[in-house]
Amino acid sequence: MSKLTPAIEIEDLWFSYDKTPVLKEVSFTLEQGNYMAILGPNGGGKTTLLRLMLGILKPDRGTIRVLGLMPKEARDRLGYVPQSTEINLSFPISVFDLVLTGRLSRSRIGRRYTSTDRGKVETILEKVGMLKYRHWPIGQLSGGQRQRIFIARALATEPSILFLDEPTASVDPEFEVGLYEFLEELNREVTIVIITHDVGVISRHVKSVACVNRTLIFHGAAKITQEMVDMAYHCPVDLVAHGIPHRVLPEHEE
Amino acid sequence: MWEALHFEFMRNALMAGVLVSVACGVVGTLVVVNRIVFVSGGIAHAAYGGIGLALFTGLPPTLGAGIFSVGASLIMGAVSLRSRHRTDTVIGVVWAVGMAIGVVLVDLSPGYHVDLMSYLFGSILAVPKSDLWFMLPLDLVIVFTVLIFFKEFLAISYDEEFALVRGIPVNALYMALFCMIGFSVVMIIRIVGLILVIALLSIPPYIAEKFTSSLGTMMVLSTLFGILFTILGLWISFSFNLTSGAAIILVAGAAFFLSLAVERIGGSGLRQNVEEYTR
Repeated sequence: MSKLTPAIEIEDLWFSYDKTPVLKEVSFTLEQGNYMAILGPNGGGKTTLLRLMLGILKPDRGTIRVLGLMPKEARDRLGYVPQSTEINLSFPISVFDLVLTGRLSRSRIGRRYTSTDRGKVETILEKVGMLKYRHWPIGQLSGGQRQRIFIARALATEPSILFLDEPTASVDPEFEVGLYEFLEELNREVTIVIITHDVGVISRHVKSVACVNRTLIFHGAAKITQEMVDMAYHCPVDLVAHGIPHRVLPEHEE
Repeated sequence: MWEALHFEFMRNALMAGVLVSVACGVVGTLVVVNRIVFVSGGIAHAAYGGIGLALFTGLPPTLGAGIFSVGASLIMGAVSLRSRHRTDTVIGVVWAVGMAIGVVLVDLSPGYHVDLMSYLFGSILAVPKSDLWFMLPLDLVIVFTVLIFFKEFLAISYDEEFALVRGIPVNALYMALFCMIGFSVVMIIRIVGLILVIALLSIPPYIAEKFTSSLGTMMVLSTLFGILFTILGLWISFSFNLTSGAAIILVAGAAFFLSLAVERIGGSGLRQNVEEYTR
């Protein structure tokens, strides 16, 4: 079998908002089928990196290839779960119609949704356990339920890569466990990139870790290196104080 | 009320009310859910510049207002896409400058202009048949545009960024929406005048939103509310000899406050009840 195109290939990426530099010298390659966690402090550029990979932002310098294409061209194959699901809570839209928007595509602008689209949405709603809520207005769901709907919307795009931006930020712990199991299952078919604060989860589920704070350190295994800890949090004590199990931290090698 | 229908001006007024309500219902719904009510206020007031231009050059006032309101829509659309955080400032500037241009051009036009008030407060009772033939195609353009691109308009209104990632031409659709606001404003000015445009664009959708969680239903309901308000307003204006535009807005305003009161008393159960009922 020939080698697959990498899911993501970034080379010497630089980005700044106006004149404030946000990311510099970011380079890494992520193979398809991988499950990568991106961690780092607030304001370190995690979400910015995600938005660059989705083609919402354009880099100042450097190249990004997603599935071998420019991010803009690869969009049809990318699923995206934004950080905040609190947007537009009073918007007149039902769960079903919201997930249907995941079936939108450039090539079908101005055409109706088909019965295939509706069928797929029903299957996905079933999968995330929200089918019985399909007629509910979005504003009446709890945070966790809304999160499932946003994941369903991303899955409705039938993505090759799924990006999630802190999907457990506003949900109950029970849902969190379920979500990570769900993602692990999903990872058999889909490359996953997840931004998270939750360092504890990383060792158990993901296949690789990247740490972003202005620049990026990539680790092919699900390990948080001392270097990452130093860069991300400046102080390992801080990490431990947040209840990180010690086994996550690797042995000091040098 | 019924004897009033013997008058042609009354039949025209009712037709105009219906045509404008369709535009208000469809475009107003998108305006409300996109939270750009004040954009439409700005466009309406800037249209006064076009009325001044028409007086000055001898063009038909509706054409002048049309040029200015579509122009103002495009400027606001372009600015709000480019620098979102300063949109409100630009709305204010276009709003004021448009009106100022109008005032100055009226000053420069010879003669005394008694009918200017009708552009400020509307004159639905003086709508000629020719205006109806001008409103109908605008309505059709709006309705068909929204019908064809309904799922895309829904997507950009709910979550613009997701729509962008799906490859939807968000900017082009926004510009189309702003153009449709421009068209609607020109029509609404005939009915309630440019000062009251905001009310007719926003009140019917606002009330309709309480009854439904579907954007399409919201458009239909707000069209019906718009028709109801214009007919009631016309009747009051005819019976008590009041300015028609203001009467229509006061009816809409009364309905607005009534809906707030009902919501307070009945809790937030209105929408759910209707929904459970229709399920």
